[in-house]
Amino acid sequence: MNINVDIASTYLFSNKKLTMVAVMGVLLGMSIYIFMNSLLVGFDRTSNVSIFKSTPHIRIYKDDEISKPLLENKASKSIIINPKVVPSSNTIINYKDVMSLARKHEEVTLVTPQVTATVFFNTGKIQIPGMIVGVVPDEADIMFNISSTIIEGSFKDLKKDINSIAIGSGVAEKLSLYIGDNISVSSAKGVIRNLKVVAIFKTNNSAVDKSKTYIHLSTAQQLQKENNVYVTDLNVAVKKPEKADEYTADLSQFTGYKAEGWKQANEALMAAFRMRKIVITFVSYTILIVAGFGIYNILNMTVSQKINDIAILKAMGFKGKDVIRIFLTQAMSIGVMGVVGGMLAAATLITILRKVYIGGDIGYFPIDYELSKFIQGVVVGLVITFFAGYLPAKKAAGVDPVSIFRK
Amino acid sequence: MATIVETKNINKYFYDPVEFHVLKNVSFAVSRGEFLSMIGKSGSGKSTLLYILSTMDTDYTGELYIDNELVTGFDLDKLAMIRNEKIGFVFQFHYLLPEFTCLKNVMLPALKFKKLSTKEIEQKAYQKLELLGLADQALKTANKLSGGQQQRVAIARALINDPAIIMCDEPTGNLDSKNTKIVFDTFKELTVNMNQTIIAVTHDEEFAKNTDRTIEMMDGMIIKHTS
Repeated sequence: MNINVDIASTYLFSNKKLTMVAVMGVLLGMSIYIFMNSLLVGFDRTSNVSIFKSTPHIRIYKDDEISKPLLENKASKSIIINPKVVPSSNTIINYKDVMSLARKHEEVTLVTPQVTATVFFNTGKIQIPGMIVGVVPDEADIMFNISSTIIEGSFKDLKKDINSIAIGSGVAEKLSLYIGDNISVSSAKGVIRNLKVVAIFKTNNSAVDKSKTYIHLSTAQQLQKENNVYVTDLNVAVKKPEKADEYTADLSQFTGYKAEGWKQANEALMAAFRMRKIVITFVSYTILIVAGFGIYNILNMTVSQKINDIAILKAMGFKGKDVIRIFLTQAMSIGVMGVVGGMLAAATLITILRKVYIGGDIGYFPIDYELSKFIQGVVVGLVITFFAGYLPAKKAAGVDPVSIFRK
Repeated sequence: MATIVETKNINKYFYDPVEFHVLKNVSFAVSRGEFLSMIGKSGSGKSTLLYILSTMDTDYTGELYIDNELVTGFDLDKLAMIRNEKIGFVFQFHYLLPEFTCLKNVMLPALKFKKLSTKEIEQKAYQKLELLGLADQALKTANKLSGGQQQRVAIARALINDPAIIMCDEPTGNLDSKNTKIVFDTFKELTVNMNQTIIAVTHDEEFAKNTDRTIEMMDGMIIKHTS
């Protein structure tokens, strides 16, 4: 064994308690770091899953236009001085062409049309407000994974009958509707249709469950008293949802309509996510750095205690870098033990917690073994340990043996 | 006789708390196999001179030759290698590593030197301990021994690499007369039998009187050589 390593390990084992305290510090810091970061990934994943149940990756729609001055004249004032929204239909003109244009973008996997309208649901004397979403059932199912939220009936039945409807569990409860029942839907345009309930879904978001329903695209167009080219939104799915915002500019260019990414559409939620990320990152790093301080402290103490040893080692021919190696070996040993222990502790914690049922929108505790976070934790942990060890080691290497011997 | 240590015009100043000229143009030579002692009142500069000779103190002007090589101006790593190979140290305090066995303590400089295998070093360390009458204490940890024994272990450690020079700062300062005699006789034997050089700073007149040569210092200058 190398003599420097030999000395380092003797120091480590001759003061087991101190070593254990330092190891425990790293172990705890490491496990909390990995745990919290894995949790963050889990949170984001579940949040995204629930967002993508109602929001497409990218939505293409016709934005309201503000009237422009009739004559643009830089020198004098414009003729229209009170700009207003131009009254026009919110339909996407010639939507099939627009769809094929959007499909040309290499990242796009799916484009599907949608008509949204606010309506009243009536059974007998009860009338409640709600929203219908006219979709192409198969494509909408791929886009929003509606099938996974169905608690009764089958979403696939929607495409069999043009006069069928899939309703939220809240709507079903309020109107006491079951599979096979009829529901009367009246639109703002005064069109009334009788639709048959084929599926009931429950998203765990009660506002959605109490108002949202899915019907066939053509039925929705009829309810709006429009022909079969009337479409309010095009929903776009992309290969990498995380990067959706980067594609929106391209899609706007391609199609000539406004394209909006899911992050823009959920700005408030995204702000909360960012907040959460900052807090968790800050806390987890702080804990690791505190563990680093632990190592630093203990090593500093060892250096002070062993100052005579350092002096004689230098006198008998140990170089400055040998002394650095002795103390750095100690620090890194503590670090490696702590990191390995921390990984095991984090894995144990995750194993236990992912079996805990939380309920609501989340279900099981949203955490998984995130390999990338384990690797990240190991790297960060070892880097912090290195610096926490290097500073005292450097100090030890700088000890002037003469000043010790002459005391 | 061949020269092993030589100084030319060594000057050294202390600046703290006030500027003080501690060594003034010190020039002398030590031959191989010589048992040299340095005496003088405290503050005369004898310890300061010893630490310059030891290469651990590099803050001086003048020239220092060890084994006919000018070592003044070498970097710290190179000096460390010279110490490792050519110089053994014995101080008033033993400076043993308390967690290690006596054997391991003796082996340390040789393990650093890496000229022999661990097995051979261990054998050699036993020999050195035997020389100082401590073979039976070899596997005890250093902090379990008496003061005299510890000092003898420290001497064994200084001898492990068969250095050309052994430098001692008050080697018998903490020892009783019996242990002092053991240490002195060992040193004497080394100079005679092994042709090793001893340079010892001491307050002990008796000790100094029996050495080959005594250098007396005062106010940073060598005032007397006694053979």
